[in-house]
Amino acid sequence: MADTLHLQIVTPDKLLVRDDADQVQIPGKSGYLGILPGHAPLITALMLGEISYSHAGATHYFAVAWGFAEVLPDKVTILADSAERAEDIDVKRAQEAKARAEEALRQAAPDLDYDAVQYALRRAEVRLEVAARAGHTAAAH
Amino acid sequence: MANIRDIRRRIRSVKNTRQITKAMKMVAAAKLRRAQERALAARPYSLMITSVLRSLISRGDLVDEKTGEPKHPLLAQRPEQNILLVLVTGDRGLAGAFNSNVLKAATKFLDFFKDKNISIAAVGRKGRDYMRRRYPVATPGAETRAGRVQIVGEHLNLLGKLQYEAVEEIVERVIHAYDNAEIDSVYVIFNEFKSVISQRLIAQRILPVQEIGRREVALAEEFSLEERERMGEAARGAGISLKEPPETEDERRAKEFPAPDVDYIYEQPAEEIFRGMLPRYVVLQLFQAMLESVAAENAARMTAMDSASNNANEVIDSLTLTMYRARQAAITKEIIEIVSGAAAL
Repeated sequence: MADTLHLQIVTPDKLLVRDDADQVQIPGKSGYLGILPGHAPLITALMLGEISYSHAGATHYFAVAWGFAEVLPDKVTILADSAERAEDIDVKRAQEAKARAEEALRQAAPDLDYDAVQYALRRAEVRLEVAARAGHTAAAH
Repeated sequence: MANIRDIRRRIRSVKNTRQITKAMKMVAAAKLRRAQERALAARPYSLMITSVLRSLISRGDLVDEKTGEPKHPLLAQRPEQNILLVLVTGDRGLAGAFNSNVLKAATKFLDFFKDKNISIAAVGRKGRDYMRRRYPVATPGAETRAGRVQIVGEHLNLLGKLQYEAVEEIVERVIHAYDNAEIDSVYVIFNEFKSVISQRLIAQRILPVQEIGRREVALAEEFSLEERERMGEAARGAGISLKEPPETEDERRAKEFPAPDVDYIYEQPAEEIFRGMLPRYVVLQLFQAMLESVAAENAARMTAMDSASNNANEVIDSLTLTMYRARQAAITKEIIEIVSGAAAL
């Protein structure tokens, strides 16, 4: 049995990651999944959250929006609408988005699309959390 | 005989124009290359989504057993009465026949469906301006249509820095309207671009989805041989490959995704995954159409500017010749004057 996983993260913009991994964590829709080499074949939808994988002692983090993952014993393939490396996240923009969403919730205008704003808020929070992993000075909370 | 100084001035002015057209050609070539790269980068994702959807469909539990009707509303065919037309043109001109070609195709489309209600969403300034001169703009939320053909949306300056998210937003609204039966089908008219010499103008139906992984073309128009040759010439001059890029290793692998004979555990029911994924497929179709249109626009601009530079060269040559003649005539005249003056003494 192989002792590493071959990980691919694909977005509409590019093939974001193609790397070997010792283990991968993905935000499955029904909860976070930790995947080690030799996992049973699995298909799952992803929710808003954080993907991380470790390889050779280093751990890499990504923020992901909607996505989809296929797991094979020696391979993990992730399709995501958008995925960002922790280092690439624009913290300032995420903070602004968060502030905007919170403001909208506070004012609670009658025609407010509550779900959409909640989603935007959650998304901004996830991005900030993931960015903080990369050692950004995320003064989010 | 014309004044030498005037001719010199004209030559200088044409040279200036040539400099501008040459620069525009180089810019268009660079943008074309970038657009091609982006289209290429989007291919693995698109191939994977396509093959996952296909494999989900082949599992068979997505079709109602009794009626044989597909369960997903985006697959269901309805009689077409209200059509949404997404018209993809450029934001700027000076691109040869690019914009007018697309608009001609659009006119043909409107003629073809002349007994249907058509709502137009214009992507790109040129198409917006053209349609606005002809058809009324619908008031949002109005009960009645502004006309049989009406403009429902415009998206300017979207193509310059095309973002997937922006296309996603558009499609979200489109799908919403489709779900509410405000529209029965959605077509995109755009300039299909496989490579510089392989282009067509097509009307592609993106909703309802008929068959995953195939471009469903309602109307198509090939480019003339002459146009293709001209395009190829300009591309060669700018060092752009004429061939479609070959399939890469990533793409070959993407096609075999997911592995065919593996018994997967489905964390969610296949139907739910399918339902989440199908709208993405529609977004991708539109995203790809726009990427191709951007590539085609820049290819057309590059060709037009190449022709303009060639024309400028010709004008300069002929003006230079005229100038030499005028100068020689002046010299000859002077010599005759001197010689006849000397003879008179």
